[in-house]
Amino acid sequence: MEAAALRYFQLKTAGEGDLTESRMRILMGNEALARGLLENGCTMAASYPGTPASEIMGALQDMAREENHPIRAEWSINEKVAYETALAHAYCGGRAAVSMKQVGLNVAADPFLSSAYIGVKGGFLVISADDPGPHSSQTEQDSRLMAMLAKVPVLDPASPQEAKDLVAQAYALSEEFEIPVMIRPTTRICHARQNIACRPPAQVDFAPDFERNPGRWAATPKFRLVLHHNLNQKLARISRHELAGPEPMNSGPGRSLAVVASGVVLAHALEALADDPELAAKLALFRVKMPYPLNLEAFREALSPFREVLILEETAPVMEMQLAGLIGKELKGRRDGFWPGAGEMTPDVVYAGLRRFVGLEVPALIPAGNPGRRPTLCAGCPHRAAFAALMEALPGGIYPSDIGCYTLGMNMGAVDTCLCMGAAVSMAAGLAHTYQDHGTKPMPIGATIGDSTFYHAGIPPLINAVTHGASFVLLILDNGTTAMTGQQPTPALERFDGSGAGRIVSIEDAVRACGVEFLEIGDPYEYQDFLGLLRQAAAFAREGRGPAVVIGRHPCLMDRHQPRPEKTRKFQVTEECAACGLCQESFGCPALVESQDGRMTILDYLCVGCGVCTHICPTGAIEEV
Amino acid sequence: MDPQQIGLSGLGGQGVLFITRILAETALGSGLNVLSSETHGMAMRGGAVISHLKVGAFHSPLIRAGRADLALFLAEENLAVHPDLIGTRTRVIVNSEKNALYEAVDAGRIAEVSVGRRQAANLVLLGYVAGKGYLFATPDDIGKTIEIMSRNPRVLETNRRAFEAGLALA
Repeated sequence: MEAAALRYFQLKTAGEGDLTESRMRILMGNEALARGLLENGCTMAASYPGTPASEIMGALQDMAREENHPIRAEWSINEKVAYETALAHAYCGGRAAVSMKQVGLNVAADPFLSSAYIGVKGGFLVISADDPGPHSSQTEQDSRLMAMLAKVPVLDPASPQEAKDLVAQAYALSEEFEIPVMIRPTTRICHARQNIACRPPAQVDFAPDFERNPGRWAATPKFRLVLHHNLNQKLARISRHELAGPEPMNSGPGRSLAVVASGVVLAHALEALADDPELAAKLALFRVKMPYPLNLEAFREALSPFREVLILEETAPVMEMQLAGLIGKELKGRRDGFWPGAGEMTPDVVYAGLRRFVGLEVPALIPAGNPGRRPTLCAGCPHRAAFAALMEALPGGIYPSDIGCYTLGMNMGAVDTCLCMGAAVSMAAGLAHTYQDHGTKPMPIGATIGDSTFYHAGIPPLINAVTHGASFVLLILDNGTTAMTGQQPTPALERFDGSGAGRIVSIEDAVRACGVEFLEIGDPYEYQDFLGLLRQAAAFAREGRGPAVVIGRHPCLMDRHQPRPEKTRKFQVTEECAACGLCQESFGCPALVESQDGRMTILDYLCVGCGVCTHICPTGAIEEV
Repeated sequence: MDPQQIGLSGLGGQGVLFITRILAETALGSGLNVLSSETHGMAMRGGAVISHLKVGAFHSPLIRAGRADLALFLAEENLAVHPDLIGTRTRVIVNSEKNALYEAVDAGRIAEVSVGRRQAANLVLLGYVAGKGYLFATPDDIGKTIEIMSRNPRVLETNRRAFEAGLALA
């Protein structure tokens, strides 16, 4: 049985036909959110993958397929498109949702802020997953601050179970006040698993009804002012909702100190109190499920008996900024430096902080270890071959790159910049212009971008580069999947839609439509031929003829959707090996390791037999067996 | 049953996530509360990964430093990466030929001998700790979960044999 199937196994066999009985299942926080959407009548959801949010859409699609649920659950080309597609469904009265990682919300910021003013008819949830740490992100930004900026209420779950439960409350809130509602899980919720009570999906009973009202749906600035006043009134009413106040979790006489907590750090605090009676006897704990907007009156009243109040939240002082100066208490938290200003609030950080706050001795921490082995491109990864060829074709160049597995090309010296989705293309153009306008010698620019990232944000900058005559090489690393986040489909694949109604859009068609005049496609495994294509592209760019695009096409070896040929060739290192270490340091294939005599050897169980290393070794010491 | 906190440390691709999920599903099958935390994203490409699994009445998905009851190291080098898993009362098992400080199981070699794949070391190690009685669940319970969770008959056969090879060592 598929692993995915197991998770729904119990419901299908034991709960069939029974719409009230709940079943326990192990769900990841992301799966729990997906389950919550299905159980609460969501009929359209859209997403773009990004750690830690990726599994929400994957799970939603799996569950819908297994239970024949009519929800439309789509991977969109990027977060802005996902947001707007799902929002339209909510305009028509349906329950909709959009999910993304926190930096994805930056991409969708435009519709997000505007839709707060305009509002919705059907319930609309924005699930934006934060990554304190950061573990897999460019920033530690707090999506709750984005919610404040947009003036949208935000719920902050403290466990996978609560993430699922909050979906119902979020939809109710969204529909009562006709406003988008954000759910903000963090990595430790998204990627935690828990036994969770599940119900069958809600029966879908929805007929679209778009009420024409240009003053609202197409509001001009004059009407926007009215909408802004309306939004402020909505927020004032929402702040009197029961979710907006503090809920006592550890109270009783003799406590003069209180902590107010929200999100997974609340779970860390609850456990600290359960583990440590001395601490629990001194400290009152209040939980907050909706950190914005807060009910100031309720906080004033609940916190009045306490001498000092500590605010515990990740990552920005969202509750703290709302309460500061308005509830008659000195607050400790982020702003006064009580908590560290960056990094994850682990259970150890929380525990030590709570002990310190109540004046108890702080235990010595077991120091964390070394950072450990760095991640690396897989043995036989086609990106490695493509990077090696790029550096050979454009030696001494600048290599802007982008977001994906291939950022690991940095281990090879093939990635000089990584800013955000799509930036490789625009930055390549900026670098090309800069060196052309002001440089003293020609500077080759070799940009790399993955297939999914190209669709997401690489197309507008490519058109921009063509129209401004920026000359550089753009290598599109096409492995036929969104690899880093778990092999989600791209628009080049039938399964991107999966219904049979859509048509694929190939990368080459998109590149040609951008006006690019040099386009070649090759397989990086055919190393010499591929290098030849890149050299032609380099010559084209050097002559100042505009961007030259090479698509390096070879399936991701981790992708179970693509054919993975049997290993047919075996390689060995001969006595010619000079132990120069080049293959390990700059090529970095995990199947090539140092043997006891200092020479290299090939780990047969890791080697996939691609043979690309035979072209890399300067002494020609790797040969087919 | 006493609550149990288990740390699992390894490298991306070693199947840390898979055995964490086997244990979580087994706990569910036994009617126990379970919370776990996993590494996803870039680190899964061969980097150091860690899972936390907590069986019993817990709130946080993470184990505080030094408080694991059991720590499984699928990669010996990770002893230096995740030393904070180990406290005074932690039982530590390392996938290694031998280790000066901790209980060692040469799971990679045994996997190679028993099923011809070093990558099955995760199930050998799981079999070993199950057989030793270090876990909240019996070998039988875990074996049943492996049957349900192994995708196809060939993989199931490999997983079962690797698990049994680990049991035999215990």
